[in-house]
Amino acid sequence: MIVGGIDVVTLISMLMVASTPVLLAATGELVAEKSGVLNLGVEGMMIVGAVAGFAAAVTTGSPVLGFAGGALAGAAMAALFALLTQVFLSNQTATGLALTLFGLGLSALVGKPFEGVRPPPTGKVPFGPLSDIPMLGRILFSHDWVVYLSLALVAAVWGMLKYSRAGLILRAVGENHDAAHALGYRVIAVRFAALAFGGALAGLGGAYLSLIRVPQWTEGMTAGAGWIALAIVVFASWRAGRVLIGAYLFGGITALQLQLQAAGYAIPVHLLTMAPYVLTIVVLVVLSALHRHGAQAAPAALGRSFHASN
Amino acid sequence: MIRLIRRPTPSKFWSWTTPILAVVATMIAGGLLFALLGKPPVEAIRTIFWEPLFGDNADYFRGQLLVKAGPLILIASGLAVGFRAGIWNIGAEGQYIMGAICGAGLALAVYPAESPWLFPAMVIAGAIGGFLWGMIPALLKVWFGTNEILVSLMLVYVAQNLLAYMAFGPMKNPQGMGFPGSRNLQQYPSAFNEELIPGTGAHWGVLAALVAVIAIYVLMQRHIMGFRIRVAGEAPRAARFAGVVPARLVVFCLGLSGALAGLAGMFEVSGPSGQITDGFNAGYGFTAIIVAFLGRLHPVGILLAGLLMALTYIGGDMAQMMLNLPSAAIQVFQGMLLFFLLGFDLLTNYRVRLGGARA
Repeated sequence: MIVGGIDVVTLISMLMVASTPVLLAATGELVAEKSGVLNLGVEGMMIVGAVAGFAAAVTTGSPVLGFAGGALAGAAMAALFALLTQVFLSNQTATGLALTLFGLGLSALVGKPFEGVRPPPTGKVPFGPLSDIPMLGRILFSHDWVVYLSLALVAAVWGMLKYSRAGLILRAVGENHDAAHALGYRVIAVRFAALAFGGALAGLGGAYLSLIRVPQWTEGMTAGAGWIALAIVVFASWRAGRVLIGAYLFGGITALQLQLQAAGYAIPVHLLTMAPYVLTIVVLVVLSALHRHGAQAAPAALGRSFHASN
Repeated sequence: MIRLIRRPTPSKFWSWTTPILAVVATMIAGGLLFALLGKPPVEAIRTIFWEPLFGDNADYFRGQLLVKAGPLILIASGLAVGFRAGIWNIGAEGQYIMGAICGAGLALAVYPAESPWLFPAMVIAGAIGGFLWGMIPALLKVWFGTNEILVSLMLVYVAQNLLAYMAFGPMKNPQGMGFPGSRNLQQYPSAFNEELIPGTGAHWGVLAALVAVIAIYVLMQRHIMGFRIRVAGEAPRAARFAGVVPARLVVFCLGLSGALAGLAGMFEVSGPSGQITDGFNAGYGFTAIIVAFLGRLHPVGILLAGLLMALTYIGGDMAQMMLNLPSAAIQVFQGMLLFFLLGFDLLTNYRVRLGGARA
C-alpha cells in the first residue's frame, strides 16, 4: 500500500522500532515520577546506557548481555541521582540537569574506542507462519525481542500501578510523602527503587538506540530522546496506557520524517529533522491548553524533597 | 547516627564555602579519573589549572580565557535571574544560536556595504533573536501553562537544525567553493567584533558580560523587580500576597535570559568564530547552567565561576595537546563539579549533628 511515495506498511513497522527507545525511557520515568521524584536526567541515563550497552555487546559478542549492561549502567546513574536528591537532599531540577551534562560527557569519554565499530546483530523473533500474514505480519510480527519486551513492560507497569499493593505504596509516596512516612512506609527506599527502575529502563532504551535502531555508537546519539521521554510522561498525564500512545505518536513522526527524506521530497533534511521536536512542543501546548488544571494529574509531591524532621 | 537539622535560613558561610569545597573535591575525583585513563593525575590537574595562567605559553592562553568566559558569564547571569525565581530556562543554547543567526543574518544580508551602524544593529538583532526564542516558552507557559523546561529544551534541537539548514542553505557562502558555512565575518570590517585591546581576547562581548554582571547586581539588590524575583523564588505564596504577577515574572526572566544568550551568540559569530557553521554552537548554553549554580546565582559569583569554567576549557585543550587527554574528559570534569556542588549544598541548608538525641 503506497500513499504519496511512502509505503504505509513499512512506515507502521518502522514506527514500532523508532518508538521503542522513548517508550522504554518514558515508562521508566513514569514510575520514578509516580514516586514523587522528577528526574530530569533521562537524557544522561539514556546515553550512558547506549554506550555501556554497546561496549558490553561488542566486548562479549552478545547483544543480550549488551542490553543488560545498558540497563545496569542506567540504574547506576539513577542511583547517583537518588543519592544526591534523597540523601543529600539536593534540588531535583538542578541535579537532573547535572546528571544529563555528566552523562553526555562520560559517554563521549567511554565511547571513543567504539566509534565506527559494528555491534553484534540482534535477530528477529521467529514467529513462523504468523509473520507471513499479509500486512499485519510485517507490522506486528517482524521485530526483535526488545520491541515486545517494551510492550510487556508497559503492561506490567500499568498493572502494577493499578492493581498491586506495591503500586499503591508507590503512589502513596508520590502523592504525600509525609503521610506515607507516618504510615510506616520507607519513603526514601521506595524512591530509590523507583528511580533505579526508571534508570534501568532509560539505559535499556539507550542500548536499543546504539545496538538496534542505528546501530552504531556516535557521540550525543540520543539527540534529545530522553527529553522527549520526559515530555511524553507529561503528555500521558502520568498514565501508562497513554505513555504508549505518546511514544508511538512520536515514533510515527520520526518514521514519517525519515520516509519523506528517503522518498526524495524537496524539503531540506534539517527542516524534516526538526519535526519531532516541533511536534513535541505542539502536543505539550495542546495538552496543557485542554487541561487548564492539568497540574492535578501530576503526583502531588512531585519534585519536593523529603526530610523526616519536617 | 548522623542527623540532619534544617537551618532556619541558609548559612551564609557555607553558601560561599561549598563552591570552593566542590572545586577541591572535583580536582581530587578528576585526578582519580585521569589516573584511571592512564594519565599522571597531578600533572593533568596542574596542566588544566596552572599552565594556562602561569605556564610557558600563558600569554596566548590568558587571552583565550576572556574569549571563553565572556559568553559563559553573559548567559549565566541571565539564567541565574530566572533560576532565582524558580523559572527554568534550560534552552539558552538555542537562544544563543538564534542570536547568532539573526546577528550574522543581518550582516550577510547587507554584505558588502560598510557602515559604522552595522555592528550596533547586529547587536540589537542578536538580542532580539535570543529574546524572541526565549519568548516562545515564556508565552506558552503564561497562556497555556506549558512546562518551560521541556519547551525551551526542545527549541534547542529546533534551533540546531535551523542552524544546520542555514549553514547548508540560505546563508552558505556563494564564494565558498561548495563548502557549508557562511562568509567569514572576520573579513567584513563593519561586522567584525574585533579585540578591543589586542592580545587580551577582550572583544565587545566581554565588555557586555561585565556590564551585564553589574546591571544584574543592581537589578537584584536595588530594584523592585529583583525583590519580586527573590520573593517569588523563596516564598511563592508570600509573593502572591505582595502583588507579584507570576506571568510578568515569567516573561521578564525568559526574555532577559534569552536576550543575553542571543547577545552572546551574536558576539561569538561576529568575533572568535567568524562564521555560521553546522557546529558553531559549542555547548556554552549548557555549561552556563553549571556556571550559574557554581556562582551561587549571584552576579559576582558568576563572574568568578565563569572565569574558572573558561579555565577548565582552555586547560582541557592544553591537557589534550600535552598529555593526550580526551576532550570529553573535561565535560565529565565539569559535570562532576556540579554534582559535588549540589551534594555539598547540604551543609548550606542543614546542620549535621552526630548522635541520636534530637536538638
